[in-house]
Amino acid sequence: MSGGESISIAIDGTRRRVSLGTSVAAAILAAGVSKFRRSVTGEPRGPLCGMGVCFECRVTIDGNAHARSCMVLCSDGMDVRTDD
Amino acid sequence: MIERETSLEFDVLVAGAGPAGIAAACTAAESGAKVGVADANPNPGGQIWRMKAAERGEAPHRSDAASRWRVRLKASGATVLSGAEIVANPEPGVLVAETPGGGIALRYKKLVIATGARERFVPFPGWTLPNVMGAGGLQALVKSGLEIDGARVVIAGSGPLLLAVAAYLRHCGARIEAICEQASAKKVHAFARKLALYPAKFWQAASLRTSLFGVRYLYSSWPVAAGGAEKVEWVDISEGGGIRRIDCDYLACGFDLVPNTELAQALGCRLADGFVEVDESMQTSVEGVYCAGEPLGIGGLETALIEGQIAGFAAAGKSARAAALLRDRTKARDFAELLNETFALRDELRRMPADSTLVCRCEDVTFGRLRAQTNWRSAKLQTRCGMGPCQGRVCGPAVEFLFGWQPDSVRPPIFPARIDTLIGSASEEIPAHLTV
Repeated sequence: MSGGESISIAIDGTRRRVSLGTSVAAAILAAGVSKFRRSVTGEPRGPLCGMGVCFECRVTIDGNAHARSCMVLCSDGMDVRTDD
Repeated sequence: MIERETSLEFDVLVAGAGPAGIAAACTAAESGAKVGVADANPNPGGQIWRMKAAERGEAPHRSDAASRWRVRLKASGATVLSGAEIVANPEPGVLVAETPGGGIALRYKKLVIATGARERFVPFPGWTLPNVMGAGGLQALVKSGLEIDGARVVIAGSGPLLLAVAAYLRHCGARIEAICEQASAKKVHAFARKLALYPAKFWQAASLRTSLFGVRYLYSSWPVAAGGAEKVEWVDISEGGGIRRIDCDYLACGFDLVPNTELAQALGCRLADGFVEVDESMQTSVEGVYCAGEPLGIGGLETALIEGQIAGFAAAGKSARAAALLRDRTKARDFAELLNETFALRDELRRMPADSTLVCRCEDVTFGRLRAQTNWRSAKLQTRCGMGPCQGRVCGPAVEFLFGWQPDSVRPPIFPARIDTLIGSASEEIPAHLTV
């Protein structure tokens, strides 16, 4: 993450600083997490399309389940939960 | 800052803020129409003009086409509704969009559909592993802040998008281990020779070649398997009759593009061979509904800009100005046709999935189970293929390529939506949280 104002978000309870304008999906990957969710048969899954179509990057954002993390930008104080 | 409009009634509503949508909004608004643009992304630009995270919030200053069009859009007076995903068409002249703060009802006299395209994925063993992504998908993630410096990336699939993605990722510090193009060297070289007929394209290609100097580019090659413990660690590439294993941190795949025609279909617009039919003013079979860019045929940036301008002028009643651009459109479409012929997917790719390979990632339906079916309808009923949250947007184009089955008609909602958005509580005014 380079340049710009930085903000603080929590990913699975761990605080991380990210640049303003970073998507939640990019922030999760930057935190070293590649398994965003489990499929209906329990396979690990992460982002595929990066543009809001495939629904593979779903996580819980501030309590809202099934949010597409590639379509949401990080905001200060945001709480993100993967693999919920 | 443009003057803030609070009413959501527009002379011309544009669905999608990629190049086609931006061009349509500009020409319609500059012609005096009251214009609204609804787009699901946080910022206008679509996929190809997606801004880097660090650039957001800055005044556009660069001299490239994306910045010029963004400046023009801002100056045009069009109301840009970012973060608004169109989910339903409850009655003629009204679309409902979902926003982070609830539903909004968008009323229009004329509509321009500029919904762009998505990537086609062809399933192969291991393609569901984390860090196997779309080529455009990985680029989008890097633009939205993913650090790629030093990461090893293999890019596989087909078409010039692979080169553009490779050049961008390399510029951001990625190590491009290989670009695997399924088209043959013969086809690609024949295409390259014809590029001389299109000087602008030639220079574009030449500059890509320079920025990709030293990168391994394999013809007639495609992934046959990917593996890794928690995420992708390697990919086996079929090349020249043999298999080559390449270690990687990311595998970025894109087997050409497929148009987003769901909105057009929901509105009853006629399609031919999977693309929306239009007349010379870009009007669809539904009066007052226009369409531009990829839903008319995969044509790329230049085509989208020309068709967007035509649709915008036509929707605003400036038919002479629309007609003046038709020659440019023909030339751009001819070039697109050449591209599509060159990079048409080869038959061998239909053997990429094994019986145990998942085709539908939402419902985890294997290729083997689908092989027992005879059409989309039976596949849906018997296996739930295409019934998950992506509504068949990923598996549909794969199944169409693998089995030749045409997808069913589009059913509401056009896009998964919260129930309160759909039960009629949509706001008639712009909510405060929306970027305007």
